[in-house]
Amino acid sequence: MRIPCPYCGARSSHEFAYLGDAAPTRPDPSAPDAAEAFHSYVYERDNPAGPMDELWYHSAGCRRWLKVTRDTRTHAITAVAFAGTGEGGR
Amino acid sequence: MSRYSFLSLIANALNGQTGWKPAWRDAAPKPTYDVIIVGGGGHGLATAYYLAKEHGIRNIAVLEKAHVGSGNAGRNTTIIRSNYLLPGNEPFYEWSMKLWEGLEQDLNYNAMVSQRGIINLFHSDGQRDAYARRGNAMRLAGADSQLLDREQVRALAPFLDFDNARFPIKGGLMQARAGTARHDAVVWGYARAADRLGVDIVQNCEVTGFIREGDAVVGVETTRGAIRAPKVGLAVAGSTSRLTRLLDLRLPIESHALQAFVSEGLKPLVPGVITFGMGHFYVSQSDKGGLVFGGDIDGYNSYAQRGNLPVVEDVAEGGMAVMPLIGRLRMLRAWGGLVDMSMDGSPIIDVGPLPGLYLNTAWNYGGFKATPASGWCFAHTIAREEAHALNAAFRLDRFRTGHIIDEKGVGAQPNLH
Amino acid sequence: MTRLVDGGLIDRSRTLSFAFDGKSFTGHPGDTLASALLANGVRLMGRSFKYHRPRGVVTAGSEEPNALVELRTGARREPNTRATTVELYDGLEAASQNRWPSLDVDVLSVNRLVSPFLGAGFYYKTFMWPAAFWEKLYEPVIRRAAGLGRAPDAPDPDTYEKATAFCDVLVIGSGAAGLAAAQAAGRSGARVILAEEDFRLGGRLLSERAVIDGGSALDFVARAEAELSSLPNVRLMPRTTVFGAYDGSEYGAVERVGDHLPAPLPFQPRQRLWRIVAKRCVLAAGAFDRPIVFPGNDRPGVMSALALATYATRYGAGAGANAAVFSTNDHAVAAALDAAEAGLKLDAIIDVRPALPDALAARAKALGVRVITEGEVVATSGKCLTSITVRTPRGSETLTVEALGVSGGATPNLNLTCHLGGKPVWREDIAAFVPGAVPPGMAVAGAAAGTFALADCLAEGTRLGASAASDAGFAASPAPAPQAEGSPTGFKPFFHVQGKGSAFVDQQNDVTAKDVALAHREGFRAVELLKRYTTLGMATDQGKTSNMAGLALMAELTGKGIPATGTTVFRPPYTPVALGVLAGHHRGIDFKPARPTPTHEWALAQGAVFVETGLWMRAAYFPKPGEKDWLESVNREVKATREAVGVIDVSTFGKIDLQGPDVGVLLDRVYINMFSTLAVGKARYGVMLREDGLVMDDGTTARLADDHYVMTTTTANAAKVYQHLEFCLQVLWPELDVCLASVSEQWAQIAVSGPRSREVLGKIVDGLDVSNAGLPFMGVAQGSVMGGVEARIFRLSFSGELGYEIAVPARHGAALMQALMAAGAPFGITPYGVEALGVMRIEKGHVSGSELNGQTCARDLGLAKMASTKKDYIGRVMAGRPAFADPDRPTLVGFKPVDRAARLRAGAHFLKVGAAATTQNDEGYMTSTAFSPTLGHFIGLGLLKRGPERMGEKVRAYDPVRGGDMEVEVCSPAFIDPQGEKQRV
Repeated sequence: MRIPCPYCGARSSHEFAYLGDAAPTRPDPSAPDAAEAFHSYVYERDNPAGPMDELWYHSAGCRRWLKVTRDTRTHAITAVAFAGTGEGGR
Repeated sequence: MSRYSFLSLIANALNGQTGWKPAWRDAAPKPTYDVIIVGGGGHGLATAYYLAKEHGIRNIAVLEKAHVGSGNAGRNTTIIRSNYLLPGNEPFYEWSMKLWEGLEQDLNYNAMVSQRGIINLFHSDGQRDAYARRGNAMRLAGADSQLLDREQVRALAPFLDFDNARFPIKGGLMQARAGTARHDAVVWGYARAADRLGVDIVQNCEVTGFIREGDAVVGVETTRGAIRAPKVGLAVAGSTSRLTRLLDLRLPIESHALQAFVSEGLKPLVPGVITFGMGHFYVSQSDKGGLVFGGDIDGYNSYAQRGNLPVVEDVAEGGMAVMPLIGRLRMLRAWGGLVDMSMDGSPIIDVGPLPGLYLNTAWNYGGFKATPASGWCFAHTIAREEAHALNAAFRLDRFRTGHIIDEKGVGAQPNLH
Repeated sequence: MTRLVDGGLIDRSRTLSFAFDGKSFTGHPGDTLASALLANGVRLMGRSFKYHRPRGVVTAGSEEPNALVELRTGARREPNTRATTVELYDGLEAASQNRWPSLDVDVLSVNRLVSPFLGAGFYYKTFMWPAAFWEKLYEPVIRRAAGLGRAPDAPDPDTYEKATAFCDVLVIGSGAAGLAAAQAAGRSGARVILAEEDFRLGGRLLSERAVIDGGSALDFVARAEAELSSLPNVRLMPRTTVFGAYDGSEYGAVERVGDHLPAPLPFQPRQRLWRIVAKRCVLAAGAFDRPIVFPGNDRPGVMSALALATYATRYGAGAGANAAVFSTNDHAVAAALDAAEAGLKLDAIIDVRPALPDALAARAKALGVRVITEGEVVATSGKCLTSITVRTPRGSETLTVEALGVSGGATPNLNLTCHLGGKPVWREDIAAFVPGAVPPGMAVAGAAAGTFALADCLAEGTRLGASAASDAGFAASPAPAPQAEGSPTGFKPFFHVQGKGSAFVDQQNDVTAKDVALAHREGFRAVELLKRYTTLGMATDQGKTSNMAGLALMAELTGKGIPATGTTVFRPPYTPVALGVLAGHHRGIDFKPARPTPTHEWALAQGAVFVETGLWMRAAYFPKPGEKDWLESVNREVKATREAVGVIDVSTFGKIDLQGPDVGVLLDRVYINMFSTLAVGKARYGVMLREDGLVMDDGTTARLADDHYVMTTTTANAAKVYQHLEFCLQVLWPELDVCLASVSEQWAQIAVSGPRSREVLGKIVDGLDVSNAGLPFMGVAQGSVMGGVEARIFRLSFSGELGYEIAVPARHGAALMQALMAAGAPFGITPYGVEALGVMRIEKGHVSGSELNGQTCARDLGLAKMASTKKDYIGRVMAGRPAFADPDRPTLVGFKPVDRAARLRAGAHFLKVGAAATTQNDEGYMTSTAFSPTLGHFIGLGLLKRGPERMGEKVRAYDPVRGGDMEVEVCSPAFIDPQGEKQRV
């Protein structure tokens, strides 16, 4: 599998570290339902069979965290951007 | 349906093997059952078998979307062992070992359980002490374990690299009762035995939806029509999220690809199972002579049932590092399982989370060895509406309460377990 | 000898000697081991797996199931090597396998006598009585008999390489379609790789008498090869098997660099693994000759008709003194006639069809080859083939032949199209599966796609080669395809002959037509179940030739037809791949890189004993002459440090440089304690959690300036913590203005500890005030040492003594160590290793990797009081879950043996005294132990249920795996200087 890093170009996936689903966002820790929200954030996953936005870290490259849109059935990658800011998309 | 016996074998040798009947009925689904088990792999079939045998519930359907054993039950490395560390896990896996030890007589089917031992190699004092902790935990649970020094390992596996290794072998933790079983035969044995107790094994029957009454699950929609039952158990490993999505449930699991490999057939070389933790490599030798080996998961969510080259290379590197005489032996076949990795690396066998629904999932890369105990405990959980002491720790709400069972200590990241 | 009098692509001017089972033979360059054996009249080449049936070669390619040999000897022995793919070299040694005492006389062929018992799946029904006999008797016997060849005796002496190649168009296979595709793509200027598993380009063209562009097929191959060689953008890779298709248009291939030589040349690998990243791929892998299942079809001498022809035409080898062909199709008939023209004595063609096309019938007549139409071979005889029985509607007759070529038609070689999950689809018009969904970027040309006529193969190859190049961005000029004469492609679907006697479907695994029927009878009808129950297609050839026949037999039994019965999916690798080449250089000492510290050479010179710490090599201890064991050395190092001064390289700790106005905010969010309030010039111990509330790492972080901090992490977690911080900055809080750099390798860091350490340090600093007032405990000084070397001096203590860590640019690390040793000589400065470091930290009760094991929370380690309640930080919310506050949780305490002479061991579990040894009674375990030379007995740290409430209690430390079972006393984890006075002096 090759990941088109916005900085480094298409590189083998073994240069990257995987974190998982990019959808969960860190909840407000001061909210009254923070315990439940954090449980969901840390543990619960949609685990879709199909396109999924996910976080990869180019550990052996530019050290940028990327948001990669990849189909979990075919491994086909359709979009990549820097995580967090969404810049550098391609 | 006849038992397998000396007499039946001789009779069929004389009649050209024409006296055998189908090993199990190819059942058509009835409209209602007492219990529906979704998933015709080892865990689902074992659950049905123990429901019928231990709990007297015989009006059971096992629904399988393809044919029995077409998922992970036929895509693993066939290892059985109970060398776990944590108190939530070890008694369960030790019960599984005990069920393996009596399986052939129980099922009247030779699953080729072969207790030739497992050795987890260690390479430092720290690893030795960590394995001592584990070995002691095993003893506390009534399992067998031995801490071997370097020379004891050498005596058992002289072909390992003791002299030129980047991480010299200092010893190993051995469980002599561990070993392998013939994975397909386990599936077929449970299928045949469950069928003999009246269980309907319905193949080519894919679940496409759930029938609800209020919150409760009261049946399933399938490609072969609606089937109702007051109790629906899921035993579908990496496909669990696909089904629970239909119920708007999000679970602490991810589906990942785990590759495994077999070499060409060889005369006996490897005595039991050997694992090499400084790389990602473990190996055993099948009854047919192939070296069966594997390593790490590919590391990203996947439903593709296949993996990529970097992991193949990583596994081979681990193999060559620890067993350098395998360089000229050849990898014959690679396959990929769709494993249900959980957030703490440990399984879930639980009532709920909806009325009428029962979960059996999160087997990570280790579901095969659990097959008998998983079925046994899941059957108990379904029949009695509560967990057995052996699976009491495998609750879904442990992630809420913090009673996580993390053998590796890597945290809530499934691909690291 | 059955070498034909002339012809073939072998160099008859040179003779090569080789040995098979110790007997000497000769062959020629261009031969394979199989062709040379056939040319020497050797037809018996192997034994089957289950019944040990005598077997001969059945193919001329990598799909061979029977002719498997042990090639070479000793450490270079290669079991299960297909004789059909071994290039003959002078001095080659091969041996048959899976037989005893010899290939000719194999005792285990008695298995055949009990074969009525040994039908498919017999294992599963038997060996269960009595219960104990399976493991003790039956299974060991089965295991001993199982397997084919023997593994080598010793580590592989050869080397392997890995490489990555990038191209626009990868063409796999160099037959007619592949050559045409490579030409069309290559002419466009696209970067083309043409991979061919054979040692010659040409594929079937090397064996056939076709006419292309008015010349011979061999002329066409030579012209194409010359043109492709001349194109700088084309790379020809013979002896290279593309074994797998992977995601991202990546292909795995093995180049056999030295396998055709007795041993690889100096400085050359035996094989090279290629990862080929190709924008487009044209698969032109050809087709397999399909066997026909008939009684006696496994006798040595019976083989594929195309193989029979190839041996005659390409290798000048007769498969027997005379031969017949049993066919269903024009291609096989034409190939047989080519063989006859090449000099093979072909007595008869037996074809299942009512008539051959006129042209072929005329050719046969001209060559004097008898044609038997509507014929079926129904029996064979001889240990190696001596005769066949042919049945026609007109009666039966027996023909005396030594070789029989069999062809049931063509099975496209679509293996690689399945690797990404594509399923083949059935084409009724050619009675064959053809590629269905193919991997992205792949196109399939020629016989692999079910295109069989030579002219069509050339046209399709040209078309797909050009379109692949244009898809990759090159303007492919529409050059005309090479032209070939029409070749007849008539056939009749025909899979098996009804009749008595064993008819083999999978020859290597001895699966017969009866076994398929038994699987059907017992309900193992799905193709995957059929395969697993009978082992059909699971041999070293993975059913390349046998799967189709098995499927056809099952389809006949179910009556559902072949497409509804299914097909098995091929997985990588296409042909078996040596594990050595997949590992490359990563073996032995080079398995993983070794990271030496900046003082490694110095430590080596001091006689240090090293230990692997992750990838680092660290000094464990520094033995001195006369010391009897490691413990004596370690005790000396500890005492010297506690009483005078010691020195250790701590460069392996992770170091992260953080700069920017928001560093303090970031650190407050990742550590449980406060860092934004840390004064410039001060360091603080910090603990960070994972978001799930468990401890991730600890270490000290120093503030060098308002907007500049430097963090230390544990050695083990350096990369993990860095990745975590980048996650926080890039994903969680991109609004924070912080820049990070890992500087672990840029700074050497050396700890000087002990009551005399200040005096030592004072001698090497360039005018820095290192007095207790000038550089107090947890203070940081920046300046220079050794006359101008930039340095950071941290007054930290892991040992509990007065101590400093001095950081200098890594290139000065060794010099710093030498300067410290010189400065400390008057005080008896002693280098110590990680063993002594561990002893001292346990004496102080500091946690380390054994306690920071990912299963502990801050409270477990007695660190909860550090947590700030004034802020949020990662892990705070989840650390509040009920289980983490459970007072029953095992919590860190110290332990002393009640018998002070006893040895404590980490890994022992704690039980109440008198409690039974059960999981229920398990109260925790010992995490770390050491012999304390300061106290004169062993001490330990451990996690004990309600530990801090149980000071002074005696508990049982249970360690059955090492025969340990003793009472230990619970105590404070701080064994010495609990108030920390020594480090503050």
